[in-house]
Amino acid sequence: MARRRHPAGSQMSDEVASSPIAPRRARSQAWWNTVNAWLLLLPAAVLLIAFTHFPILATIRHSLFVTRRNGTEAFVGLDSYRSMAADPIFWKALVNNFWFALGTIPTSIALALVMAIWVNRNMRGRGFLRLAYFTPTVLPMIAVANIWLFFYTPGYGLLDQLRGLFGLGGWNWLGDPSTVMSCLVVMVIWKEAGFFMIFYLAALQQLSPDLEEAASIEGASRWYTFRRITFPLLMPTTLFVAINAVINSFKLVDHLVIMTKGGPNNASTLLLYYIYEVAFTFQDSSYAATLTVVLLMLLSSVALIKFGYLDRRIHYQ
Amino acid sequence: MFARRTMLIAAALAVLSMAARPAAAVDLTMYYPVAVGGPVTKIIDDMVSRFEKDNPDIKVTAVYAGNYTDTMTKAMTAMKGGQPPQLSVLLSTDVFTLMDENAIVPFDGLVGDKAWFKEFYPAFMANGQIDGKTWSVPFQRSTIVLYWNKDAFKEAGLDPEKAPASWDEMVEMSKKLVKKDGGNTTRWGIEIPSTGYAYWMLQALAIENGQKMMNEPGNEVYLTAPKTVAALEYWVDLSRKHNVAPAGSIDWATLRNDFLEGKTAMMWHTTGNLTAVKDAAKFQFGVAMLPAGERRGSPTGGGNFYIFKSASPDQQKAAVKFIQWMTAPERAAEWSMKTGYVAVSPAAYKTPTMEAYAKGFPQATVARDQLEHAVPELSVHENGRIYKFVGDAVQAAITGAQKPQEALAAAQQQSDRVLRAYK
Repeated sequence: MARRRHPAGSQMSDEVASSPIAPRRARSQAWWNTVNAWLLLLPAAVLLIAFTHFPILATIRHSLFVTRRNGTEAFVGLDSYRSMAADPIFWKALVNNFWFALGTIPTSIALALVMAIWVNRNMRGRGFLRLAYFTPTVLPMIAVANIWLFFYTPGYGLLDQLRGLFGLGGWNWLGDPSTVMSCLVVMVIWKEAGFFMIFYLAALQQLSPDLEEAASIEGASRWYTFRRITFPLLMPTTLFVAINAVINSFKLVDHLVIMTKGGPNNASTLLLYYIYEVAFTFQDSSYAATLTVVLLMLLSSVALIKFGYLDRRIHYQ
Repeated sequence: MFARRTMLIAAALAVLSMAARPAAAVDLTMYYPVAVGGPVTKIIDDMVSRFEKDNPDIKVTAVYAGNYTDTMTKAMTAMKGGQPPQLSVLLSTDVFTLMDENAIVPFDGLVGDKAWFKEFYPAFMANGQIDGKTWSVPFQRSTIVLYWNKDAFKEAGLDPEKAPASWDEMVEMSKKLVKKDGGNTTRWGIEIPSTGYAYWMLQALAIENGQKMMNEPGNEVYLTAPKTVAALEYWVDLSRKHNVAPAGSIDWATLRNDFLEGKTAMMWHTTGNLTAVKDAAKFQFGVAMLPAGERRGSPTGGGNFYIFKSASPDQQKAAVKFIQWMTAPERAAEWSMKTGYVAVSPAAYKTPTMEAYAKGFPQATVARDQLEHAVPELSVHENGRIYKFVGDAVQAAITGAQKPQEALAAAQQQSDRVLRAYK
C-alpha cells in the first residue's frame, strides 16, 4: 500500500535516452505512450468527473443561487454564505465536529496500535482475539447505535445498572448536553479501533524480524525498540489510518439519526447531519449547498496537507 | 398428447391473463409513518390487503417510511426526484408546506359528495381546511393524554382512580409518587417527552395556560407571549424545581418503556400508544385528559391522508376510493381499537364492536372526549424549520442551558426571520 510511486515520465525518458532507435521514432513512441496512458485512465476519469467533479462544481454554483417556490433560480451571490456566518446552528455543528474529531481520532488510532501489537504476538486464542477486536467494525452503524442506545438508556440501561451497583443514581446520558458528545465519541472509538487495527496488524507482519533481533542484540529495551524502530516504520500506516479517521469523523452521522437527532438543543449535531436536515427536512437545497461547500473545503484541505506536506516527510520502504 | 396441448394452452392463457391484469388495474403507492409502539405496519398491511380483495382493480403498495419527519422527507425527496407516491399519510400540519411545494390536490374536486367531509370530527378537519378547500382527510389522529400507573398511585397513598385535574395537583401528586432508594430515584412522578415532538407538548401546555401558538394564515408564532413562557417554565420546573421529573431531555420513543418499566408513575403521550401500553402493561393503568392550567386542552395531532397532484386522474380517483374505505366507520373503529388512535368519525364510536370495546375499556374514549377542549396542532409555513426552532428552545430550557424566556426569544427571532417571506 505504501510504496513510492514512480513517475511514469522519468522512467520513460531514461529508456528513451539509452535506446538506440532514431529520435523521431522515439518521439512518436512517447506520444503513443501518452495516448495509451490517457486511454487507460479514461474510464476512471469519466466516472470521477461525472460523479465527483461535476457535482462539486454544480454544488458551488448552486450555493450562489436560491431556488424560489415556483422553481426559478435567482442569483444571490454570497448571501447564503453571509446567512451561514450568522447561523448559530452551523457554528455549533462545526465546533461539535471539531471536538468529535479530536475525541475520536487520536484515541482510536492509539487503541488500534496497542491492540495490533497485542494480537501480533504468538499466543493461544490469537485468532479469536483478533476476531473479537474486529467484530464492531463489521456491524452496521445503525445496529451499533441501537446497541449503545440500550447501554445509555437512563434508569435501566447497562451503564446506569452499573452505576446502581455503586449506589450512584441514574444519569440521562444522551439527554444531557454535557455528556452526549462524549457518549457518542466512546461509541465511535469502539466501532473504529478494530478497523484501524487490521491495517496496523498487516503492517506489523510486513516488518522484518531481523530489525528487532538486531536491536535486542544491541541491548535496546522493548520500549526503545518500539519508539525508534517499530513506530517510525509504521508511519505510512499511521498516516493512512489518520486520514481515514479524519474523513470518518466528518462522514459518520448514521448514529445521530438513531440516538439523538442532533439533540438536545444541537449538542450532538455534526456538520453532515445538519446538511441532511437542511437539504431534506427543510428542503432548502441552496443553503444545503452552501454548507456542503464548507465541508468540501475542510476535507480538501485535509487531502492537500496529506499530499503536499506529510507524504514528503514520511519514510516509505 | 391432446391433454398436454390443452394444458399448455391453458397455462399460456393463464400467464396471459395474469400479465394482462396489472395493465387494467390502477397502481397506487402510499407512504405512511409510524410514531408509536405496536405492530402498526402489520395492521396497515392487513387493511390494505383486505381493500385489495374488495377492489381487485386497485393495487396499493403501502411503504413504511419512518416517523413523521422521515416520511415527509421521503415524500418530498421522491417528488423532487420525479417519482412521488400517489397518496401519503403525513402530519396534518404539513399542509402549508405541501401547498407551498405545489405537491397536493384538494379533495373537493375528487369526491362526488362533499357531505363526506361532514362525517369527520370538525376538530380533525380544522388543520386541513384552508381557503375553503379540503386538502387532507384525517386518518391516524390523536390528542395528548395522561397515562397513570394505578399501582404506583396506590403505593403512594393516592386514590388510584383519580388522575390530577390541574397543574398544581399534578405537581403535588408527583411529589408523593417519587420513590427514592438512597440518592437514587427509582421512580419519577411525571415525564413529558422533549425530543421528537417537543413543540407539540409545549403547545399543550401553552393552550392550557390560555395561549394560542400560531395564527390562522400560518405565518406567525407566539413563542415569547408571557403565557407561552410560563408554560415552558412550568415544564422546566418539574425537573429543576420540584424534582419530580428526570433532568435532561426525555426521549419520545423510549418514554413508553419508562412507563411500562415503572420508572415513571405518569406520562404525557399520544393516545396512539394506548393499545401498545395496554398490551404490555403488567399493572393497572388509567388514561385521563391533560390537567388544566387556566383551562383544559391539548392540540390535536397525528396524520392525514394527502393525494399528490402528480397522480393521474385515475389514480386520484382510486386513491379517494381507498381513503374512503380506510376511514369508513367500521375500519376507523378497528384502527382505533388496534392502536389507540382516535377514530376519526362519530359514526365509528356508534358501531357495535367499538361500543362493546369502550364499555370494557373506557380508557379508549378519553382522547376523543378531550376533543371538545382541543385546538388545531401548530401548523405554519416552513413547518419543519419552525418545529426545530421550538424543539431546540425546549431542549435548551429543559437541560438548563438557557432560561425559558431566553430560549424562546431566540426561537421566536429565528421563526420570524423564516416566516417573513409568507406575509
